[in-house]
Amino acid sequence: MSTDLAQLAPLAVLIPFVGAAVNFVVVHRNRLQRTVTVGTMVLTLVLNALMLADVWNQGPQAVHLGGWAAPYGIVMVVDQLSALMLVVSVVVSLTVLVYAVSEGVAGGDDEGPISIFYPTFLLLVAGVSNAFLAGDLFNLYVGFEILLTASYVLLTMGGTAQRIRAGVTYVVVSVISSILFLISLGMIYGATGTVNMADLSVKLADLPQGTQMQLHLMLLIAFGVKAAVFPLSFWLPDSYPTASAPVTAVFAGLLTKVGVYSIIRTETLLFPGRQINDLLMWVALLTMLVGILGALAQIDIKRMLSFTLISHIGYMIFGIAVGTPQALAAVVYYIAHHIVIQTSLFLVAGLIERRGGSTNVDRLAGLLKISPLLGVLYLIPALNLGGIPPFSGFLGKVGLLEAGISSGTWLDYLLVGVSVLVSLLTLMALVRVWNRVFLRRVDDAEYPDPVLRATTAQGHRPRTSRVVAGKPGSRFSGAAPVVLLPKTMVGATTALVAVGVALTVLAGPLFDLAGSAADNLVHPDRYTEAVLAPVGEGGVSEEAP
Amino acid sequence: MTVNLTMLVVMGVLFSVGVYLLLERSLTRVLLGLMLLTNGANLLILHTSGVPGAAPLYDKSLGGSEYSDPLPQALVLTSIVISLATTAFLLSMIWRSWVLARRDEIQDDLEDRRVAQQSSYDAEDDDAMPQDTSEFSHGDARFTPSRHNAEEATESPGHHRVEKRQRDDGRSTHEH
Repeated sequence: MSTDLAQLAPLAVLIPFVGAAVNFVVVHRNRLQRTVTVGTMVLTLVLNALMLADVWNQGPQAVHLGGWAAPYGIVMVVDQLSALMLVVSVVVSLTVLVYAVSEGVAGGDDEGPISIFYPTFLLLVAGVSNAFLAGDLFNLYVGFEILLTASYVLLTMGGTAQRIRAGVTYVVVSVISSILFLISLGMIYGATGTVNMADLSVKLADLPQGTQMQLHLMLLIAFGVKAAVFPLSFWLPDSYPTASAPVTAVFAGLLTKVGVYSIIRTETLLFPGRQINDLLMWVALLTMLVGILGALAQIDIKRMLSFTLISHIGYMIFGIAVGTPQALAAVVYYIAHHIVIQTSLFLVAGLIERRGGSTNVDRLAGLLKISPLLGVLYLIPALNLGGIPPFSGFLGKVGLLEAGISSGTWLDYLLVGVSVLVSLLTLMALVRVWNRVFLRRVDDAEYPDPVLRATTAQGHRPRTSRVVAGKPGSRFSGAAPVVLLPKTMVGATTALVAVGVALTVLAGPLFDLAGSAADNLVHPDRYTEAVLAPVGEGGVSEEAP
Repeated sequence: MTVNLTMLVVMGVLFSVGVYLLLERSLTRVLLGLMLLTNGANLLILHTSGVPGAAPLYDKSLGGSEYSDPLPQALVLTSIVISLATTAFLLSMIWRSWVLARRDEIQDDLEDRRVAQQSSYDAEDDDAMPQDTSEFSHGDARFTPSRHNAEEATESPGHHRVEKRQRDDGRSTHEH
């Protein structure tokens, strides 16, 4: 029975929760924790892949928790969009987890996973899954809170002065956006008497225009903070780069995309009209431009990547604002592409920091000679993000541009022009880093890190930081020697870069999937029917936990 | 839906005081502001449940305005629990901030300015933390909020000594 697989949706949230609980029990046994965490993630991945295969060619499937009928009970909804997001997010989290585990095993770094890392990481995954599956607004709020609370802990792990300073900003901004979400939730409940999204889709349309607009904008502001769109994005490059490399990578990949996902649901399901699409266009334009100009000014790789992250959220908002099925299909593909590529770039930045001693481009040089593999690992996602032809970034952008042109207002043409410009500027920012960090000679660097010059007694490049441990001026000085590029860390990064390339190879079927996802998105009545179908006909799960 | 004026006024006061406190620089006040805002939002949700004071129990004999809707109460409970966790976490961060920097304030992000001025700035190596172990020294002029900038940490007493000696030398040669 293939149709029953979607009924397992609650397990996608439950399995990581149980994994986290087990992790708390075995908190002093690091090896066991590691096994449990990786096992949990693999299990979740298998489940999510099965669900994606199940809904591949179908409309949305609703799961009524506890058998309560739709407007009263809690509903989880699986459609192509949420299933695809689940699979991509768990693939990315699993790779990041392997990377983090390996970083901890390789040792010598006090920022590696400590016992609280594993359960918190699983809770983050549970929160993300809950947000993607939520069929009512309050459950979406709870999903956001789970993932945000987990992210507070991950961001400030270690409690250094830098992280506390950045963490305070992050926590305060996130709490304010949650309060805004809560206020709009209260207002929506006051106006309609329901928080079920399918029910809202029907009832919100009956409200007066002014009320609708107010509720719509309130929700968009709350989600806009989480998605980091232009006037609400300044917290991101301040807080993300201070966390440890795997944490930044998973945040950059997942957290903002949950915000974008919520904006998609708001625009297609709750308020399917086109009242504010022009406003969204301008927001998208400014997000792209301001983000990329910020990226060009940076000299720290992690900060530069954080700015490109903001800039590329603009592309997704652009697609949402165009709003045609073609544009939404491109957005779905682009989100999947961007999660994978942005995360791999941050992982590579972590490797660069480990090998080169810093992420500051003034201190780095000549890495291509020291580690050609690292160069390849940087160059592929960099070209991908910049939109160079064979890669998925190019395909996603072409999809967006085509949709914009076929929509055909002057604003669309303006946005198309700006997208191309921003794409070139992205390439410029990334290639500038490539030129300085990988290509130039070490002697040309302004302040080269001692580890770049270090050679062993036989004249070889060192594999561990032993040779520089005694020299001042490097982050390795005085510390216990560590392996500079542990095989598992490089392996995890390579795997994710390979997934990014696979997005290009599998672009055909993926675009088909994105197309049918978009088709379901522009027909909110399918979603509504699936959720509001009487219990029994819609397939109530007996084994739903 | 009936509107309770007292609840509305209380909610308005909570929101306005909350926003005012949020704009302060002291972290404790920001935290208090966030707590007030959350409670304002909770009151707003509670508002939607109908007549204040009526029990959230349904009976067939009751009219629509004689019992209150239980769902907002469930929502508010969830939100209270969440804000409790967030408050506890923020408190621990404020404590940590006090332990590390001896100040309970939102600190400037100096990195952008440093990026512009000195391009080799490295967050881990060059971070200037105010090194001070004297506890509760509020009278000390160095702890006024306007002072945490880059010069503060790099200025060393040695400079003054050298300058002073040079001045002394100059005076003595002049006298001879």
